[in-house]
Amino acid sequence: MSADLLRPPPASPAGPTRPAGGRGYLVVGGSRANLRVHRRSAIVGVLLLVALVVTAAVSMITGDFPITLDRVLATLAGNGDSGEDFIVWSLRMPRLLLAVLIGAALAVAGGLFQSLTRNPLGSPDVIGFQAGSATGALLVILVWHGSSGQVSLGAIVGGLVTAALIYLLAMKGGLHGFRLILVGIGMAAMLTAANDYLITRAKLIEAQDAAVWLTGSLNAAAWDQVLPLVLVVVALFPFALWAARDLRMLELGDDLAGTLGVAGPRTRTVTMVVAVGLAAAATAAAGPVVFVALAAPQIARRLVGVPGPSVLPAALTGAVLVAASDIVAQRIVSEPLPVGVVTGVVGGIYLAWLLGRAWQRGTA
Amino acid sequence: MSRARPGGGPHTDAEAIHTASSAGRLSGSRLTLGYQRVTVTRDLDVHIPDGSFTVLVGANGCGKSTLLRALARALEPQGGAVFLDGAALSSLPAKQVARQLGLLPQGPVAPDGITVADLVARGRYPHQRMLRQWSKADDTAVAEAMAATHVEELADRYVDELSGGQRQRVWLALALAQQTSIMLLDEPTTFLDIAHQVDVLDLCAELHLGGRTLVAVLHDLNLACRYATHLIAMADGAIVAQGAPTDIVDAALVEQVFGLSCRIIADPESGTPLVVPTRRKALGADPPVLQVPAAT
Amino acid sequence: MTAVMTPGTVAQSSLRRRTRRRRLGLLAAFGGLLVVVAASLAIGTENLALGTVVDALFRPSTADQGAVDIVRDVRVPRTIIGLVVGAAIGLAGALVQAVTRNPLADPGLLGVDAGAAAAVVTVVSLFGITEPVQFVAFALLGAGAAATVVFVLGGQSRVTASPVRLVLAGAAITAVLLSYIQGVVLLDDTSFQAYRFWAVGSLVGRPLDILLTTGPVMLVGAVIAVVLGRSLNAVSLGDDAGRALGAHPGRTRLLSVIAVTLLCGAATAAIGPIAFVGLIVPHLSRAICGPDNRWVLPFSMVLAAVLLLASDVLGRVLAVGDAEIEVGIVTAFLGAPIFIAFARRRKVAKL
Repeated sequence: MSADLLRPPPASPAGPTRPAGGRGYLVVGGSRANLRVHRRSAIVGVLLLVALVVTAAVSMITGDFPITLDRVLATLAGNGDSGEDFIVWSLRMPRLLLAVLIGAALAVAGGLFQSLTRNPLGSPDVIGFQAGSATGALLVILVWHGSSGQVSLGAIVGGLVTAALIYLLAMKGGLHGFRLILVGIGMAAMLTAANDYLITRAKLIEAQDAAVWLTGSLNAAAWDQVLPLVLVVVALFPFALWAARDLRMLELGDDLAGTLGVAGPRTRTVTMVVAVGLAAAATAAAGPVVFVALAAPQIARRLVGVPGPSVLPAALTGAVLVAASDIVAQRIVSEPLPVGVVTGVVGGIYLAWLLGRAWQRGTA
Repeated sequence: MSRARPGGGPHTDAEAIHTASSAGRLSGSRLTLGYQRVTVTRDLDVHIPDGSFTVLVGANGCGKSTLLRALARALEPQGGAVFLDGAALSSLPAKQVARQLGLLPQGPVAPDGITVADLVARGRYPHQRMLRQWSKADDTAVAEAMAATHVEELADRYVDELSGGQRQRVWLALALAQQTSIMLLDEPTTFLDIAHQVDVLDLCAELHLGGRTLVAVLHDLNLACRYATHLIAMADGAIVAQGAPTDIVDAALVEQVFGLSCRIIADPESGTPLVVPTRRKALGADPPVLQVPAAT
Repeated sequence: MTAVMTPGTVAQSSLRRRTRRRRLGLLAAFGGLLVVVAASLAIGTENLALGTVVDALFRPSTADQGAVDIVRDVRVPRTIIGLVVGAAIGLAGALVQAVTRNPLADPGLLGVDAGAAAAVVTVVSLFGITEPVQFVAFALLGAGAAATVVFVLGGQSRVTASPVRLVLAGAAITAVLLSYIQGVVLLDDTSFQAYRFWAVGSLVGRPLDILLTTGPVMLVGAVIAVVLGRSLNAVSLGDDAGRALGAHPGRTRLLSVIAVTLLCGAATAAIGPIAFVGLIVPHLSRAICGPDNRWVLPFSMVLAAVLLLASDVLGRVLAVGDAEIEVGIVTAFLGAPIFIAFARRRKVAKL
């Protein structure tokens, strides 16, 4: 056993070789700038991307007016007739993009939150942010009778105000996961009661509109919902990647992470801002699509096999989940269902499996 | 004799003498430490001699773990400050401190489903950046750390499947991979059987001989005496005595710090003080307190 | 000789203090009950004087006919239902907290309400039943199924259930059921109409004969619960310790789940989901009576009845125009801040 572990490593005779990265990891880049990529995560990411492309293709082809794949491609290249143009560019493309973006945004938000609360069930929909967005949107729909743009704004404001309240209430001597969950559940219950109150006071037609919005639906997908969402997602994504790296270290415990040089409070604050921003933007675009934030990151985590928020795999999983659920929701019964119903059922089944397995293993 | 120290430039003898005669690299000045409304230490001064293997001992609740955590920057002092290389610890950038000071906390929790190799690799975080995530030095550090703690065979196993002793060695490997010149260890021998306790402390002794400064909290006074070059005995949040174990450990100190009446003999193996508790009274002398009720 | 504080005297005096506190608490609770019943009979869209109420009850021929109608046909049934359902919910809450050893458990948060609601909505849309009296049995089945799932998933393992995990499992299952409900309700207009009013938890418009079907169920649940009092005390020390004391933890848990389902399912079937009453009341009971379940369970019944009825009266007082605020909304708005305050007080490590 070497006594002095402080010796600098001997220079290898063949000149500087590429760093190995450790078991299961690839180092992409040189010795000045590089990324350490988990091999299995990369493979999973590629497979998910393929799945996403396939799902996208299916969603472009199916519908009340089936269009074959080669016609779709032709239309994308600019050679379609006016009918196909309308269907592909004005109906299906925005809907697909919305599904993909919402899925990615919610999945990343969920993954960040689950890491922050150190609990696989600590997700924005359980913790009351979505209830708050709903309250904001409902107020606009039922009280101010606003336009759909105003509804989205109401949803964002509602979500952000709720997030701020939960943050302030849970922040006592540092932001601890448990307290965040509990305060969130309390808020969710209160806001749900408020939503119920609003719905019972409204006229039937308005209440139905509100209920549709509340379920998360892509039926009214249009480009003016897609573009703001694209901006938010693109702006917040790098921060999500940065936060994920530090969150992975925080999973070791505050003491150890602190001595390894991680700024705990700053990381947590950035994480909350990013996660809430993504969740609020997604909810504003199409209503609260339940369970994506809960289930997608967990599915991704089991696929890649490493702990910690895996931002890109989670985003891809979420995208595939929502896009596929939308296809199912449109086709499964005579009337198109809101996508939120399908994600709720799929998420629920997955959730049951997750908890049941943990129970069998005897882990908490 | 000069020796290259990692994380800092080479020190000449003159500089080494200078730092030793002043506070040393790591010290605390007028530290008031506590949690919320409970104050554990008040206006405490502490100096960690460079290149020593310092051990903090004391009864439960005397403040030794609290002090260690403050030295590790894991606990913010309510008053006073901790100094590293002359600068206040709280003023230094976190990563810079992380390259000098390493901590093995008490009862660390591993994330679900992480492998040993992965966990040890996390110790390299202070040396990495967002866009330069790995280097040859990282490879070597991880490999050497795992070799020193004998966990190479466990590299692909999940940490939560390991035994308590194996897990403790993995955490030690993580601290080693950090390659710091000062290491702080909070009760590194808890949950270990006697053989593993000695293993871990022997490793610490080797690290110490290799040039590191070690500060450990140990609850076993005999092991502390055996391995420490500098002992700090604490009671009720204050330092009661400090110095080489042979110099300071006597029956009076043990009585004062632990409330235990004992005899001190010389450890037959190492010559360091060995605590032998004296019998309070012969068993069976008083009438029995709790009788077994007669069977009905 | 000066009185020496030996361990014996200390224990005795604290016991005396506790007994005195219990008696006072019981007195206060019954006093509160009387006050709240009187308020419930007097306050409403038309506020009546107490004298008029008494007349309407006991000397109907001498009182104003309108007042008699209101008091006898509307307020008395409402008050009775409120008392009975409140007691059931309080009891269920105390039971859930005792058996899960989890101070944050609330039957409303554990998916029981959502299960009942999901069953109701299914039945309404499949069979077109709209009268609450008719879908009680289905509500009970739904509540039972959901309760089972949540208990199984939330950590009924040999390892002590983490409080947060149980609550989260309940919240998550509730969310699943709610999304199912929303799906059904969006596809069917009549069920939407019926559901959105039932879903809020209200004492308005519930006829007294709803107690004919739900009452016996709640009674059975209550009997089981009260009988379990002593076993719960033993089980609260942990499964192993409980077994050593002669209790049967598995059987106790099963019976408790059944009791909670009966109590809560019937309560929800009668008036819709009510949150937080079952959570807060056991805490108040424990603060007054101590942790002995033989006291906490009955005490929670009384306290919860008072709380529910008080919330209902508050909803009438805060009415905007003719529309009262339903009791389910008032309890959520009152209870959530208390729950949050409680969550803030808890030391993080404990959970």
